[in-house]
Amino acid sequence: MASLNGANGKNDPIAVNGAAPISVSVRRKIFPPVGDREAQLVLKDISFDVAPRSFLVITGPSGCGKSTLLNIIAGLDPDYEGSVNLGPAADRLAFIFQTPRLLPWRTVYENIALALPSDDPKQSRIAGMLERVGLGQAMNAYPERLSLGMQRRAALARGFILEPEILLMDEPFVSLDEQTAASLRDLLMELWHSHPTTVIFVTHDRTEAIQLGTRILRLAPGKASVVQDVSIDLTEAQRHDRAAVLAEQNRIFAA
Amino acid sequence: MAPISTRTFSTPKPIAAPLGFTAALERLAWMAGSLLVLAVLWQLIAVYAQNRYLPTPITVFDVLWRESANGDLWVNISATLVRVAAAFIVSMFIGTAIGLALGRFKTADKFFDAWLILFLNLPALVTITLCYIWFGLTDIAAITAVALNKIPNVAVNMREGARSLSRDLDEMAKIYKFGRWKTLRHVILPQLAPFFAAAARSGLSLVWKIVLVVEAFGRSSGVGYRLSIAFQEFDVSTILAYALAFILIVQAIEFLVLQPLQARVNAWRR
Repeated sequence: MASLNGANGKNDPIAVNGAAPISVSVRRKIFPPVGDREAQLVLKDISFDVAPRSFLVITGPSGCGKSTLLNIIAGLDPDYEGSVNLGPAADRLAFIFQTPRLLPWRTVYENIALALPSDDPKQSRIAGMLERVGLGQAMNAYPERLSLGMQRRAALARGFILEPEILLMDEPFVSLDEQTAASLRDLLMELWHSHPTTVIFVTHDRTEAIQLGTRILRLAPGKASVVQDVSIDLTEAQRHDRAAVLAEQNRIFAA
Repeated sequence: MAPISTRTFSTPKPIAAPLGFTAALERLAWMAGSLLVLAVLWQLIAVYAQNRYLPTPITVFDVLWRESANGDLWVNISATLVRVAAAFIVSMFIGTAIGLALGRFKTADKFFDAWLILFLNLPALVTITLCYIWFGLTDIAAITAVALNKIPNVAVNMREGARSLSRDLDEMAKIYKFGRWKTLRHVILPQLAPFFAAAARSGLSLVWKIVLVVEAFGRSSGVGYRLSIAFQEFDVSTILAYALAFILIVQAIEFLVLQPLQARVNAWRR
């Protein structure tokens, strides 16, 4: 079984402050029939643990159920057979969605502030966080006046201001031109290194998967289950080296 | 470590005022000009026709002045405005509650849809006569009749709003632990605001027209009542004077209250 022996690499679960790993086990997830479409088996016998402070990428073609899996982990979709145990991390969970999902009638600053309880001391760090993600000038703007890239930066800021124990990301950099996506990936890495947290990142982009992840879980369409579970041991420098990324990509996805 | 991106972004545009000052002034000038032309045209036709049933605008303004000086105008207009306000508030409240319930609960919506269609198509005159017959010639009956005419309208509007609530934002609020009050205030109500504003604006224009009919039928005060008396005396000047006064007041409410409110609610739009 693909679970439990997942790549730990440098992030040994026991080594990190005794934080418990996250364990996910989905026996079955079915979409009920709608209209004349039959019921559909989306996920079957998927189980894996995620080591604390590791960066797990779940990848696979569209329609393989990876977003569904993420929604189940987030607790947004309770209608499945199986169990998800996030442990104490469940209290500090952030989710960065495929679309920015900012409140268009609140300014960027207010959007970040609303993600925190009003008496949270972290409220005082919002301006600094927005400065860091490059939105210092746009703090008081309404989201729809910003480009998609900037809105995604705001979504990142909202996720990280919580200092989450677990951060779920569902293709957060799609529909961007490659240059903008690359700068956002850099920003994500920068934020993740300064605030290490357990990340589960869903993408269909293989290159992105290799550049970001410490471990990759591949789902396949039709099979609705894990086909491959590998660790990625690239250095930071290698992750910025096209050739190294490509070599790793061939190694993993050729299998 | 990857360096933090330090690209500069253009500063976003400041939120544009709903209407620039010069633009507003220009619009006002056009309005004044066109109304002046209308008044002059009216004066010319009235002078040419020399008919007691077509008074000149000057005569109408004389009557307006007289009614205003002896206080009748204000007594009647304030009586009407109180009824308008009561009927408006009642129908917005009940209509919103019904609309939200129907938008949220599918079975209720399926069941009550037919009722809604029935009430939407019920002529105002029918509800008015029935209310007076059943509840007597009272203010309660009058306000109920007006509200009954408006409630289905508000309900349909708000049902649309409730149906279009974003699931995405709801999930976001759940993830970031907004809780009930924060979700209502920052997620739900702003989504409903445009529907509410639309219902309010169309509501007010409908309500004040029906209030006049209700007053003509069975009240002894208000603009509608005064118009019905004038009708019995074939007093066209008074009819026009009251109509004019009422148009001015309704427009003042529209410009000074409803439009600024809508502009504020929509400030975030591109």
